[in-house]
Amino acid sequence: MHLLIQACILGLLAGGVYALMASGLTLAFGVMKVINVAQGAMIVAGAFLSYTLFTKLHIDPFVSIVLLTPLMFLFGVVLQLVFIRPLRAEEREELSLLVTWALALGIEGLLSVIYKTNYRSTITSYADRSWSVLGYRLSEVRVFAFLLSALIIAGLYGLLTRTEFGRSVRATVQNPTSARLLGVNVERVSAFGFGLSLATATAAGAVFGMIQPFNPGSHYDLISRLLSIIVLGGLGSLGGAIIAALFMGVAEAVFSAEISPTWSSFTFFIVLIAILLLRPQGLFGSTERGAL
Amino acid sequence: MSRLTRAGLVRATVVFGALTAFPFVFSAQWVVNIALFTLMYAGLATSWNLLGGYSGYLSLGHAAFFGIGAYAMAIRFTHVGIGAGYKPFLVLPLVGIAVAIVSLPIGWIALRVRAATFAIVTLTLLFVVQQLAFNLHHLTGGSQGLAIPPPTFPASTFDNPFYFAMEGAFALALLICWWVRDSKLGLMLFAIRDDEDRAQGVGVRTTGVKLIAFAVSVGLTGMIGAIWAYYIGFIYPQFAVDPLVTIGAVLMTFLGGKGTLWGPALGAFILVPLQQYLAYKLGASELYLLGYSAVFLVIMLLLPRGIIPSLKDRLARRQAAAGPPGAVTGAVPTPTQGVPA
Repeated sequence: MHLLIQACILGLLAGGVYALMASGLTLAFGVMKVINVAQGAMIVAGAFLSYTLFTKLHIDPFVSIVLLTPLMFLFGVVLQLVFIRPLRAEEREELSLLVTWALALGIEGLLSVIYKTNYRSTITSYADRSWSVLGYRLSEVRVFAFLLSALIIAGLYGLLTRTEFGRSVRATVQNPTSARLLGVNVERVSAFGFGLSLATATAAGAVFGMIQPFNPGSHYDLISRLLSIIVLGGLGSLGGAIIAALFMGVAEAVFSAEISPTWSSFTFFIVLIAILLLRPQGLFGSTERGAL
Repeated sequence: MSRLTRAGLVRATVVFGALTAFPFVFSAQWVVNIALFTLMYAGLATSWNLLGGYSGYLSLGHAAFFGIGAYAMAIRFTHVGIGAGYKPFLVLPLVGIAVAIVSLPIGWIALRVRAATFAIVTLTLLFVVQQLAFNLHHLTGGSQGLAIPPPTFPASTFDNPFYFAMEGAFALALLICWWVRDSKLGLMLFAIRDDEDRAQGVGVRTTGVKLIAFAVSVGLTGMIGAIWAYYIGFIYPQFAVDPLVTIGAVLMTFLGGKGTLWGPALGAFILVPLQQYLAYKLGASELYLLGYSAVFLVIMLLLPRGIIPSLKDRLARRQAAAGPPGAVTGAVPTPTQGVPA
């Protein structure tokens, strides 16, 4: 029982980080119908950037997030302008998959040239510290990571619900044509949406680098997990992605503790198969938009 | 039955005649090696096109079935023993059929969703199979991999049997695509590509049709994987189930023209020699990855419809311009193949 609860705690903490990673992915899909297969590679790139800032300039990863996210936001806007916007609207969904996949390979290639393929991890002074609550161990890094993810997601939610920009984003998600008629600059919203997606990926990456060893090829594993999460949550649904991420985090940790760590990554695939059989549109996805 | 035009027959005879003569004319083994990989990708891209080009379902997971075929070959060697020399080539059709059968339940689940979600599911499948190759180490040797004893072909023409096997697989894939294109099955696939709901409405049994295309497409891919494994002689998970295999096939299909008969092969004939040259010139595989993705991005942005449909368009436009007065010159004929509506 003790082991089970410990696994649940670990899973919930990891799930929070997955939620941050998946939120950008589902946001980009909602706004532009773009499945950003490069999200995993961008997370890994974020991990490497904060790793470099930490080892070379001794900037704590949590601090480097503040420096890196605005930069990566701009970079995301540029990527959208150069690679996504030229795609014709009617085939954007399928072509963007291939384009972002090519981007993922490009990022992996670039990182391999710079960092080689060794596994690294960002080890801070508090990496091994943990609190003990009622006999359960709470790793400090993981708790901070969870809190940071929650904070960023809350910020994202506030941005989407409380600001003019957020209203434009939600209008674009619901119906791009009507949004355009009402004076929303859909192209600009799309570019900013992609930038936001990349900014969350960078923040998630900095955290990811402290939790888990990574190398340039880590993005394959990451993206297949994240894609399973957003399919489970329903493509384009932010709330769905968060719930699915927490659920998958716990499911993976429990599976790993109770059954087998070697097979724990299969939790994602088993859940994915179940969801395809039972509810192909995902937990919170709608069947109406026809995309699915 | 398909229409057999004279031009088509001549084209096929010339291409396959040239391909068959190739290793005798250019007998240097490094040239044959490059040609072998070109044919391998021509076969892979043509098989991918049967599903991705004809039905519009973009699979990003074909490498999974390439890997399953490769492991099927290697596992037979280590656990069953199928003789040496030319004998393993005889089991290739069996490998293809076995992979197709294995793919049926997978396809049935994956094809429940459309468009982007299908691509996601197949991409995930790739990593499931890779993970299985790692974890089932009694069967697959885990991360250590499996070795296949090399056959005792004479060194000076060692690559030739594999070359002809690849050529045969490519020919088979092309033949199937050609037959499907003008058949009722092809019509149903194109209908699904253009508007699946409407196709279903007029009575196309979409699930069955998609499943057939999927199984045949991945069966061919598995067969090619098996030949590759026998040629390479040593496989391990990251190598046999490599995302680059899919992306290569997809890229070549897009370059040549998605949904056309010869487009995927044309893409392979252009890109693979270039890729091999780059690999040789740049050496480091990381740079090679960068080059690959750059080429891909350029093609997607500048030539998203592919070479053959673009050329056909230009030709049609020129004919329209030179046509009799009264013909609507401004109208560009909509391409019948290539980009889905």
